[in-house]
Amino acid sequence: MTVFYFAGALFLLANVVVALARVLRGPTAADRMLSGELMGTTAVAVLLLLYGATGIEAIIDVALVFAILAAMAVVTFVRRTWPEDPAVDNEREQT
Amino acid sequence: MHPAEALFDALLLLSMVVLAWQGVHARNMFRAVVSFMMFGLLTAVAWVRLEAPDIALAEAALGAGLTGALLLATLGRLKPERRGARLQRAAKLSMLPWLALGLAGTMTLLAVTLALPAPGLGERVLSAMPEAGVDSPVTAVLLNFRAWDTLLEIAVMLLAVIAIWSLGQDVLASTSRLPAPSLPALVRLLFPLLVLSTFYLLWRGGHGPGGAFPAGALLAAGLVLALLAGARVPERMTGAPLRCALAAGLLAFIIIAVGVMAEGGVFFAYPPRHAPMLIAIVEIAAGLSIGVMLTALFLGGEPTDTQGGST
Amino acid sequence: MSTIAGAILIVLGLLFFLSGTLGLLRFPDVFTRLHALSKADTLALGLVCAGLALHADDGTLQLKLLLIWLLVIVSGATCSSLIARAALAHGIRPWQR
Repeated sequence: MTVFYFAGALFLLANVVVALARVLRGPTAADRMLSGELMGTTAVAVLLLLYGATGIEAIIDVALVFAILAAMAVVTFVRRTWPEDPAVDNEREQT
Repeated sequence: MHPAEALFDALLLLSMVVLAWQGVHARNMFRAVVSFMMFGLLTAVAWVRLEAPDIALAEAALGAGLTGALLLATLGRLKPERRGARLQRAAKLSMLPWLALGLAGTMTLLAVTLALPAPGLGERVLSAMPEAGVDSPVTAVLLNFRAWDTLLEIAVMLLAVIAIWSLGQDVLASTSRLPAPSLPALVRLLFPLLVLSTFYLLWRGGHGPGGAFPAGALLAAGLVLALLAGARVPERMTGAPLRCALAAGLLAFIIIAVGVMAEGGVFFAYPPRHAPMLIAIVEIAAGLSIGVMLTALFLGGEPTDTQGGST
Repeated sequence: MSTIAGAILIVLGLLFFLSGTLGLLRFPDVFTRLHALSKADTLALGLVCAGLALHADDGTLQLKLLLIWLLVIVSGATCSSLIARAALAHGIRPWQR
């Protein structure tokens, strides 16, 4: 069973590494942020599978902390990083 | 070790190196910040793989919450022309020399580590546990055996707050005015949960992974979310009360450290029968104080009385 | 029995993660990517949680798994709405055939 969990975790990690292409390609800041979100959800799933493989209960707490903070980055991004004025928003095509 | 396990570790390492490289050398700052945040998430997974759930917890609480929020908010404060600008290519070196350097450094470190006596200080800590006053060896080291280090860490954090606050006023005004009707609802749901998990981690620190730093980071995440949803620092809190809250952790630490000298004559030598209570006081004061300090870092300046309104 | 059922749920979850990534990489604009990613990932994590809950025999643990999924549902939904609104306000027009 341990092997099954590790194989699953490996699959998820490979999945997110492929998705990193979206961080590189953009084109808008929102697209990059989306890969960040994917990474957050994947990290929770990877931790859960690692718990399944090792049985260390504290891992579930780490996953809980990730889950509870999942919205943090996007909220900050929308409220602070991406100003509402399109005039100053010329960075996004620049990659 | 099964191949799947080894492959997982290898891929984890590889993606961490790539993300770290992106974090430093990405062509655009936003990309660098996103890469760094992802790096933080993977670091927590790496700590889990190293069977260090305490550090994983701290890294998860800080990396997924505050660090990203601080960087993203800072990015929003930069002038647009600087934000979009390509990062300075200070080092036009290719990745290869750095990779070689990193590899050499790791090898040296590995050699040094292998040369050290094998169990390190672990056995001495475990043999001293009966007098520690807590059941968790990590908390025992942080708040009893090496409490002096933790005291200084908290002092450094307070200094950082003082330095940032001396640079100017807070930056609440720069909050985006985009309509976000779902945001207050989310924060109303998450804030109590974050406060609850703060106290859960403080309580849990006594006998398992948890403790003041991750607890403080979760508290700060709750406060920062509230600020982002449009809450203001209540007026009666600005000034002296806020400063007291910022200093509370350090003050409690110093008072107890000096106070126990009355009994044993040694700085920080908790008398074993009082140790559980003293450590609990220090942990709670430090945790809450760390939460307020991290939020103060996010504010980026001392809140003024003039903004009106309240939470 | 529950071991096999749990394993099937986890594998299903992994497949949904894969489809989310495919959407993120292949869809033409931020709104469609958002649509692919947030829904597929939330469901995928739910399936993984359910699979692990079937493997666990401890009530507290199953409760924590449920809590993780609920938190991700709430955060995921809110974040999708926030990003979509922000993108619209920035003048990014939804893709049309």
